[in-house]
Amino acid sequence: MPKIAVTSEGPTLQDAVDPRFGRAGGFIVVDTDTMATSYVDNGASQVMAQGAGIQAAENIVNAGAEILLTGFVGPKAFAALQAAGVKVGQNLENLSVGEAIERFKAGSVSFADAPNRESHS
Amino acid sequence: MIVAVASGKGGTGKTTVSASLAATWERPLVAVDLDVEEPNLHLFLKPSLVSIETVNLEVPVLDAERCNLCRACTELCQFKALAIFGKTLMVMPEMCHGCGGCFEVCPTGALKPGSRELGVMEIGHSRGSIPCLTGRLRIGESMSPPLMRQIRHRMAEMATDMGADVIIDAPPGVSCPAMNAVQDSDVILLVTEPTPFGFHDFQLAWEAFTPLKKPMGVVINRAGLGDDRAYAFCKAKGLPILAEIPYRREIAEHYAKGGLLAELDNKMRWTFARLQEGLDRLHKEVIHA
Repeated sequence: MPKIAVTSEGPTLQDAVDPRFGRAGGFIVVDTDTMATSYVDNGASQVMAQGAGIQAAENIVNAGAEILLTGFVGPKAFAALQAAGVKVGQNLENLSVGEAIERFKAGSVSFADAPNRESHS
Repeated sequence: MIVAVASGKGGTGKTTVSASLAATWERPLVAVDLDVEEPNLHLFLKPSLVSIETVNLEVPVLDAERCNLCRACTELCQFKALAIFGKTLMVMPEMCHGCGGCFEVCPTGALKPGSRELGVMEIGHSRGSIPCLTGRLRIGESMSPPLMRQIRHRMAEMATDMGADVIIDAPPGVSCPAMNAVQDSDVILLVTEPTPFGFHDFQLAWEAFTPLKKPMGVVINRAGLGDDRAYAFCKAKGLPILAEIPYRREIAEHYAKGGLLAELDNKMRWTFARLQEGLDRLHKEVIHA
Protein backbone atom coordinates (compact mmCIF):
# COMPACT_ATOMS: atom_id res chain seq x y z
CA MET A 1 0.00 0.00 0.00
CA PRO A 2 1.27 3.46 -0.84
CA LYS A 3 2.07 6.40 1.39
CA ILE A 4 -0.65 9.04 1.70
CA ALA A 5 -0.10 12.73 2.41
CA VAL A 6 -2.98 14.65 3.97
CA THR A 7 -2.97 18.45 4.27
CA SER A 8 -3.35 19.16 7.95
CA GLU A 9 -3.79 22.08 10.28
CA GLY A 10 -1.72 20.27 12.92
CA PRO A 11 0.49 17.24 13.56
CA THR A 12 -2.09 14.68 14.79
CA LEU A 13 -4.79 12.54 13.17
CA GLN A 14 -7.38 14.49 15.20
CA ASP A 15 -6.42 17.76 13.52
CA ALA A 16 -8.59 19.11 10.74
CA VAL A 17 -7.77 18.64 7.07
CA ASP A 18 -6.35 21.96 5.88
CA PRO A 19 -8.52 22.92 2.89
CA ARG A 20 -5.58 24.65 1.21
CA PHE A 21 -2.90 22.61 -0.53
CA GLY A 22 -0.09 25.05 -1.36
CA ARG A 23 -0.42 27.06 1.82
CA ALA A 24 -1.41 24.18 4.11
CA GLY A 25 0.04 24.30 7.62
CA GLY A 26 1.63 20.91 7.05
CA PHE A 27 1.17 17.36 5.83
CA ILE A 28 0.57 14.19 7.76
CA VAL A 29 2.20 11.37 5.84
CA VAL A 30 0.72 7.94 6.60
CA ASP A 31 2.26 4.59 5.75
CA THR A 32 -0.89 2.59 5.02
CA ASP A 33 0.80 -0.75 5.79
CA THR A 34 1.89 0.11 9.31
CA MET A 35 -0.36 3.18 9.87
CA ALA A 36 2.78 4.96 11.11
CA THR A 37 2.46 8.71 10.67
CA SER A 38 4.96 11.49 10.28
CA TYR A 39 4.43 15.24 10.01
CA VAL A 40 5.96 17.45 7.33
CA ASP A 41 5.85 21.15 8.16
CA ASN A 42 4.86 23.35 5.22
CA GLY A 43 5.58 26.67 6.90
CA ALA A 44 8.18 27.68 4.30
CA SER A 45 5.56 27.44 1.53
CA GLN A 46 3.06 29.49 3.54
CA VAL A 47 5.26 32.56 3.46
CA MET A 48 6.29 32.36 -0.20
CA ALA A 49 5.21 35.28 -2.37
CA GLN A 50 4.46 32.89 -5.22
CA GLY A 51 4.93 29.23 -6.10
CA ALA A 52 3.58 27.83 -2.82
CA GLY A 53 1.68 25.08 -4.65
CA ILE A 54 4.78 23.99 -6.54
CA GLN A 55 6.85 24.01 -3.33
CA ALA A 56 4.19 22.00 -1.49
CA ALA A 57 4.09 19.46 -4.33
CA GLU A 58 7.87 19.09 -4.08
CA ASN A 59 7.55 18.62 -0.31
CA ILE A 60 5.11 15.73 -0.53
CA VAL A 61 6.95 14.07 -3.43
CA ASN A 62 10.16 14.25 -1.38
CA ALA A 63 8.28 12.66 1.54
CA GLY A 64 7.53 9.69 -0.74
CA ALA A 65 3.76 10.18 -0.90
CA GLU A 66 1.90 8.78 -3.91
CA ILE A 67 -1.55 9.93 -2.87
CA LEU A 68 -2.67 13.35 -1.68
CA LEU A 69 -5.85 14.02 0.27
CA THR A 70 -6.80 17.68 0.55
CA GLY A 71 -9.40 20.37 0.00
CA PHE A 72 -8.50 22.45 -3.02
CA VAL A 73 -5.67 22.25 -5.53
CA GLY A 74 -4.84 24.95 -8.06
CA PRO A 75 -3.90 24.32 -11.69
CA LYS A 76 -0.10 24.64 -11.45
CA ALA A 77 0.17 22.42 -8.39
CA PHE A 78 -2.22 19.93 -9.98
CA ALA A 79 -0.09 19.73 -13.14
CA ALA A 80 3.01 19.25 -10.97
CA LEU A 81 1.37 16.46 -8.96
CA GLN A 82 0.21 14.76 -12.16
CA ALA A 83 3.72 14.91 -13.61
CA ALA A 84 5.02 13.35 -10.38
CA GLY A 85 2.38 10.60 -10.57
CA VAL A 86 0.67 11.66 -7.34
CA LYS A 87 -3.06 10.91 -7.25
CA VAL A 88 -5.17 13.76 -5.87
CA GLY A 89 -8.29 13.34 -3.71
CA GLN A 90 -9.96 16.76 -3.38
CA ASN A 91 -12.91 18.30 -1.50
CA LEU A 92 -12.03 16.55 1.78
CA GLU A 93 -12.20 19.67 3.94
CA ASN A 94 -14.46 19.63 7.02
CA LEU A 95 -13.03 16.24 8.06
CA SER A 96 -10.30 15.35 10.51
CA VAL A 97 -7.13 13.87 9.03
CA GLY A 98 -8.04 10.51 10.59
CA GLU A 99 -11.52 10.60 9.03
CA ALA A 100 -10.09 11.43 5.62
CA ILE A 101 -7.76 8.43 5.85
CA GLU A 102 -10.63 6.15 6.91
CA ARG A 103 -12.64 7.38 3.97
CA PHE A 104 -9.74 6.60 1.63
CA LYS A 105 -9.28 3.12 3.12
CA ALA A 106 -12.99 2.44 2.70
CA GLY A 107 -12.53 3.19 -1.00
CA SER A 108 -14.87 6.16 -1.03
CA VAL A 109 -12.38 8.83 -2.17
CA SER A 110 -12.48 9.45 -5.90
CA PHE A 111 -9.41 10.82 -7.61
CA ALA A 112 -9.55 13.98 -9.61
CA ASP A 113 -8.48 14.43 -13.19
CA ALA A 114 -8.67 18.23 -13.00
CA PRO A 115 -7.90 20.95 -10.46
CA ASN A 116 -10.83 22.42 -8.52
CA ARG A 117 -9.47 25.92 -8.09
CA GLU A 118 -8.68 28.70 -10.55
CA SER A 119 -5.24 30.19 -10.86
CA HIS A 120 -4.41 33.08 -8.52
CA SER A 121 -2.80 35.07 -11.27
CA MET B 1 16.63 65.80 -10.55
CA ILE B 2 14.22 62.88 -10.35
CA VAL B 3 11.28 63.36 -7.99
CA ALA B 4 9.13 60.36 -7.04
CA VAL B 5 5.68 61.24 -5.72
CA ALA B 6 4.63 58.43 -3.38
CA SER B 7 2.19 57.98 -0.52
CA GLY B 8 1.53 54.70 1.23
CA LYS B 9 -2.26 55.09 1.23
CA GLY B 10 -3.93 55.32 -2.16
CA GLY B 11 -6.12 58.28 -3.00
CA THR B 12 -4.15 60.83 -0.99
CA GLY B 13 -3.33 62.99 -4.01
CA LYS B 14 -0.18 61.64 -5.69
CA THR B 15 -1.55 62.22 -9.17
CA THR B 16 -3.06 65.60 -8.28
CA VAL B 17 0.35 66.74 -7.03
CA SER B 18 2.34 65.08 -9.85
CA ALA B 19 0.18 66.61 -12.58
CA SER B 20 0.31 70.15 -11.19
CA LEU B 21 4.03 69.93 -10.49
CA ALA B 22 4.64 68.71 -14.05
CA ALA B 23 2.47 71.40 -15.63
CA THR B 24 4.16 74.22 -13.72
CA TRP B 25 7.73 72.87 -13.73
CA GLU B 26 10.16 75.55 -14.78
CA ARG B 27 12.80 73.36 -16.44
CA PRO B 28 12.63 70.64 -19.12
CA LEU B 29 10.75 67.69 -17.72
CA VAL B 30 9.64 64.12 -18.41
CA ALA B 31 6.41 63.10 -16.65
CA VAL B 32 6.24 59.38 -15.87
CA ASP B 33 3.28 57.34 -14.65
CA LEU B 34 4.71 54.26 -12.92
CA ASP B 35 1.39 53.25 -11.36
CA VAL B 36 1.16 50.65 -14.12
CA GLU B 37 -1.77 48.80 -12.58
CA GLU B 38 -4.00 51.82 -12.95
CA PRO B 39 -2.22 54.73 -14.63
CA ASN B 40 -4.18 57.99 -14.41
CA LEU B 41 -1.70 60.87 -14.77
CA HIS B 42 -2.77 61.22 -18.42
CA LEU B 43 -6.29 62.16 -17.29
CA PHE B 44 -4.85 65.47 -16.06
CA LEU B 45 -1.86 66.03 -18.36
CA LYS B 46 -3.93 64.93 -21.41
CA PRO B 47 -0.97 64.03 -23.62
CA SER B 48 -1.40 63.52 -27.34
CA LEU B 49 -0.27 59.98 -27.97
CA VAL B 50 2.83 59.55 -30.14
CA SER B 51 3.45 55.82 -29.79
CA ILE B 52 2.39 52.64 -28.00
CA GLU B 53 4.99 49.92 -27.66
CA THR B 54 4.43 46.40 -26.42
CA VAL B 55 6.77 45.45 -23.57
CA ASN B 56 7.85 41.84 -23.24
CA LEU B 57 9.82 39.84 -20.70
CA GLU B 58 12.30 37.16 -21.71
CA VAL B 59 11.15 33.88 -20.18
CA PRO B 60 12.40 30.31 -20.68
CA VAL B 61 10.92 27.86 -23.18
CA LEU B 62 11.88 24.20 -22.80
CA ASP B 63 13.44 21.99 -25.45
CA ALA B 64 12.57 18.78 -23.57
CA GLU B 65 14.80 16.58 -25.72
CA ARG B 66 17.89 18.43 -24.55
CA CYS B 67 16.98 18.52 -20.84
CA ASN B 68 18.92 16.00 -18.74
CA LEU B 69 17.03 16.85 -15.52
CA CYS B 70 20.22 18.10 -13.83
CA ARG B 71 18.24 20.56 -11.64
CA ALA B 72 20.69 23.44 -12.13
CA CYS B 73 17.85 25.75 -13.22
CA THR B 74 15.34 24.62 -10.59
CA GLU B 75 17.87 25.19 -7.83
CA LEU B 76 18.66 28.66 -9.14
CA CYS B 77 15.10 29.89 -9.74
CA GLN B 78 13.80 31.77 -6.69
CA PHE B 79 10.25 32.03 -8.05
CA LYS B 80 9.33 28.39 -8.79
CA ALA B 81 9.05 29.13 -12.50
CA LEU B 82 10.94 25.87 -13.05
CA ALA B 83 10.39 22.61 -11.17
CA ILE B 84 11.15 18.95 -11.79
CA PHE B 85 8.50 16.33 -11.11
CA GLY B 86 9.21 12.76 -12.02
CA LYS B 87 10.94 12.85 -15.39
CA THR B 88 9.53 16.23 -16.40
CA LEU B 89 10.94 19.72 -16.13
CA MET B 90 7.92 21.97 -15.74
CA VAL B 91 8.26 25.53 -16.97
CA MET B 92 5.75 28.07 -15.66
CA PRO B 93 6.51 31.20 -17.67
CA GLU B 94 3.85 33.26 -15.86
CA MET B 95 5.88 32.90 -12.63
CA CYS B 96 9.15 34.09 -14.22
CA HIS B 97 10.66 37.43 -13.18
CA GLY B 98 13.03 37.47 -16.18
CA CYS B 99 16.42 37.32 -14.44
CA GLY B 100 17.84 35.18 -17.25
CA GLY B 101 19.77 32.98 -14.79
CA CYS B 102 18.33 29.69 -16.06
CA PHE B 103 19.74 30.28 -19.56
CA GLU B 104 23.17 30.80 -18.02
CA VAL B 105 23.25 27.71 -15.80
CA CYS B 106 21.67 25.21 -18.24
CA PRO B 107 24.56 23.00 -19.40
CA THR B 108 22.72 21.48 -22.38
CA GLY B 109 21.03 24.49 -23.97
CA ALA B 110 17.60 23.08 -23.18
CA LEU B 111 16.16 26.47 -22.24
CA LYS B 112 15.58 28.91 -25.07
CA PRO B 113 14.42 32.50 -24.76
CA GLY B 114 10.72 33.03 -25.28
CA SER B 115 8.62 35.98 -24.25
CA ARG B 116 5.69 36.97 -22.07
CA GLU B 117 3.81 40.17 -22.77
CA LEU B 118 3.90 42.44 -19.72
CA GLY B 119 1.92 45.38 -21.03
CA VAL B 120 2.53 48.52 -23.02
CA MET B 121 4.54 51.72 -22.84
CA GLU B 122 2.69 54.79 -24.05
CA ILE B 123 4.62 57.88 -25.08
CA GLY B 124 2.92 61.21 -25.65
CA HIS B 125 3.37 64.95 -25.35
CA SER B 126 1.50 67.19 -22.96
CA ARG B 127 1.13 70.95 -23.33
CA GLY B 128 3.39 70.97 -26.36
CA SER B 129 6.63 70.23 -24.60
CA ILE B 130 6.31 67.73 -21.77
CA PRO B 131 7.02 64.12 -22.81
CA CYS B 132 4.73 61.76 -20.92
CA LEU B 133 5.69 58.15 -20.39
CA THR B 134 3.03 55.75 -19.15
CA GLY B 135 3.27 52.06 -18.29
CA ARG B 136 0.10 50.03 -18.58
CA LEU B 137 0.12 46.46 -17.24
CA ARG B 138 -1.54 43.74 -19.34
CA ILE B 139 -4.79 42.57 -17.77
CA GLY B 140 -4.05 39.17 -16.21
CA GLU B 141 -0.35 39.91 -15.66
CA SER B 142 0.39 39.55 -11.96
CA MET B 143 3.79 41.27 -11.68
CA SER B 144 4.33 44.96 -12.22
CA PRO B 145 8.07 45.46 -11.42
CA PRO B 146 9.37 43.84 -14.67
CA LEU B 147 7.28 46.29 -16.73
CA MET B 148 8.26 49.16 -14.43
CA ARG B 149 11.96 48.35 -14.92
CA GLN B 150 11.62 48.76 -18.69
CA ILE B 151 9.67 52.02 -18.33
CA ARG B 152 12.38 53.31 -15.97
CA HIS B 153 15.06 52.39 -18.49
CA ARG B 154 13.31 54.47 -21.18
CA MET B 155 12.72 57.25 -18.66
CA ALA B 156 16.48 57.45 -17.97
CA GLU B 157 17.27 57.57 -21.69
CA MET B 158 14.75 60.35 -22.33
CA ALA B 159 15.87 62.42 -19.34
CA THR B 160 19.53 62.13 -20.34
CA ASP B 161 18.84 63.00 -24.01
CA MET B 162 16.81 66.07 -23.07
CA GLY B 163 18.80 67.11 -20.02
CA ALA B 164 15.45 67.00 -18.27
CA ASP B 165 14.18 66.52 -14.75
CA VAL B 166 11.69 63.72 -14.06
CA ILE B 167 8.49 63.55 -12.05
CA ILE B 168 7.33 60.02 -11.27
CA ASP B 169 3.76 59.33 -10.22
CA ALA B 170 4.37 56.22 -8.08
CA PRO B 171 1.92 53.45 -7.21
CA PRO B 172 0.46 53.42 -3.69
CA GLY B 173 1.54 50.98 -1.00
CA VAL B 174 4.97 50.06 0.29
CA SER B 175 5.52 46.72 -1.45
CA CYS B 176 7.68 45.89 -4.50
CA PRO B 177 5.96 48.22 -7.02
CA ALA B 178 6.24 51.25 -4.71
CA MET B 179 9.87 50.49 -3.86
CA ASN B 180 10.61 49.98 -7.55
CA ALA B 181 9.10 53.35 -8.44
CA VAL B 182 11.17 55.38 -5.98
CA GLN B 183 14.47 53.57 -6.58
CA ASP B 184 15.89 55.99 -9.17
CA SER B 185 14.68 59.17 -7.49
CA ASP B 186 16.83 61.91 -5.99
CA VAL B 187 13.98 63.17 -3.82
CA ILE B 188 10.86 61.38 -2.56
CA LEU B 189 7.78 63.52 -2.12
CA LEU B 190 5.31 61.88 0.26
CA VAL B 191 1.69 62.95 -0.15
CA THR B 192 -0.46 62.29 2.89
CA GLU B 193 -3.74 63.35 4.42
CA PRO B 194 -4.30 63.94 8.14
CA THR B 195 -6.86 61.11 8.50
CA PRO B 196 -6.25 57.98 10.60
CA PHE B 197 -5.71 55.77 7.52
CA GLY B 198 -3.64 58.43 5.80
CA PHE B 199 -1.42 58.85 8.85
CA HIS B 200 -1.04 55.10 9.40
CA ASP B 201 0.13 54.45 5.84
CA PHE B 202 2.25 57.60 5.81
CA GLN B 203 4.25 56.13 8.71
CA LEU B 204 4.61 52.84 6.80
CA ALA B 205 5.85 54.69 3.72
CA TRP B 206 8.35 56.66 5.77
CA GLU B 207 9.57 53.43 7.36
CA ALA B 208 9.86 51.63 4.01
CA PHE B 209 11.68 54.45 2.20
CA THR B 210 14.00 55.59 5.02
CA PRO B 211 16.61 52.84 4.39
CA LEU B 212 17.04 54.20 0.84
CA LYS B 213 18.65 57.30 2.43
CA LYS B 214 16.99 59.70 0.01
CA PRO B 215 15.77 63.12 1.08
CA MET B 216 12.00 63.16 1.69
CA GLY B 217 9.56 66.04 1.73
CA VAL B 218 5.85 66.02 2.54
CA VAL B 219 2.67 67.42 1.02
CA ILE B 220 -0.31 67.44 3.35
CA ASN B 221 -3.44 67.15 1.26
CA ARG B 222 -6.95 67.77 2.64
CA ALA B 223 -5.35 69.93 5.32
CA GLY B 224 -7.88 70.87 7.98
CA LEU B 225 -9.40 67.38 8.06
CA GLY B 226 -8.58 64.91 10.83
CA ASP B 227 -5.97 65.63 13.48
CA ASP B 228 -2.41 66.86 14.02
CA ARG B 229 -0.59 63.55 14.19
CA ALA B 230 0.95 63.81 10.70
CA TYR B 231 2.32 67.26 11.60
CA ALA B 232 3.77 66.01 14.88
CA PHE B 233 5.33 63.03 13.10
CA CYS B 234 6.97 65.28 10.49
CA LYS B 235 8.37 67.48 13.21
CA ALA B 236 9.70 64.52 15.21
CA LYS B 237 11.37 62.94 12.15
CA GLY B 238 12.67 66.19 10.68
CA LEU B 239 10.53 65.84 7.54
CA PRO B 240 9.92 69.20 5.88
CA ILE B 241 6.29 69.95 4.95
CA LEU B 242 6.70 71.56 1.53
CA ALA B 243 3.04 72.23 0.78
CA GLU B 244 -0.43 72.04 2.25
CA ILE B 245 -3.51 71.64 0.09
CA PRO B 246 -6.64 72.68 1.99
CA TYR B 247 -9.74 70.50 2.27
CA ARG B 248 -12.04 72.53 0.05
CA ARG B 249 -15.02 71.69 -2.11
CA GLU B 250 -13.80 73.78 -5.11
CA ILE B 251 -10.65 71.65 -5.23
CA ALA B 252 -12.65 68.42 -5.43
CA GLU B 253 -14.91 69.90 -8.13
CA HIS B 254 -11.93 71.11 -10.15
CA TYR B 255 -10.26 67.69 -9.85
CA ALA B 256 -13.44 65.88 -10.88
CA LYS B 257 -13.46 67.87 -14.13
CA GLY B 258 -9.86 66.86 -14.85
CA GLY B 259 -8.52 70.30 -13.98
CA LEU B 260 -4.98 70.98 -12.81
CA LEU B 261 -4.93 72.13 -9.21
CA ALA B 262 -2.13 74.62 -9.90
CA GLU B 263 -4.47 76.36 -12.32
CA LEU B 264 -7.42 76.67 -9.92
CA ASP B 265 -6.39 80.03 -8.48
CA ASN B 266 -3.36 82.17 -7.65
CA LYS B 267 -3.00 80.66 -4.22
CA MET B 268 -2.64 77.17 -5.68
CA ARG B 269 -0.22 78.41 -8.35
CA TRP B 270 1.88 79.90 -5.56
CA THR B 271 1.65 76.66 -3.53
CA PHE B 272 3.12 74.64 -6.40
CA ALA B 273 5.83 77.22 -7.14
CA ARG B 274 6.87 77.00 -3.49
CA LEU B 275 6.73 73.19 -3.66
CA GLN B 276 9.15 73.16 -6.58
CA GLU B 277 11.49 75.48 -4.66
CA GLY B 278 11.30 73.16 -1.67
CA LEU B 279 12.18 70.12 -3.80
CA ASP B 280 15.12 71.96 -5.36
CA ARG B 281 16.31 72.91 -1.88
CA LEU B 282 16.11 69.31 -0.61
CA HIS B 283 18.03 68.12 -3.65
CA LYS B 284 20.76 70.75 -3.28
CA GLU B 285 21.20 70.04 0.41
CA VAL B 286 22.05 66.45 -0.45
CA ILE B 287 24.48 67.37 -3.21
CA HIS B 288 26.29 69.75 -0.87
CA ALA B 289 26.17 67.45 2.14
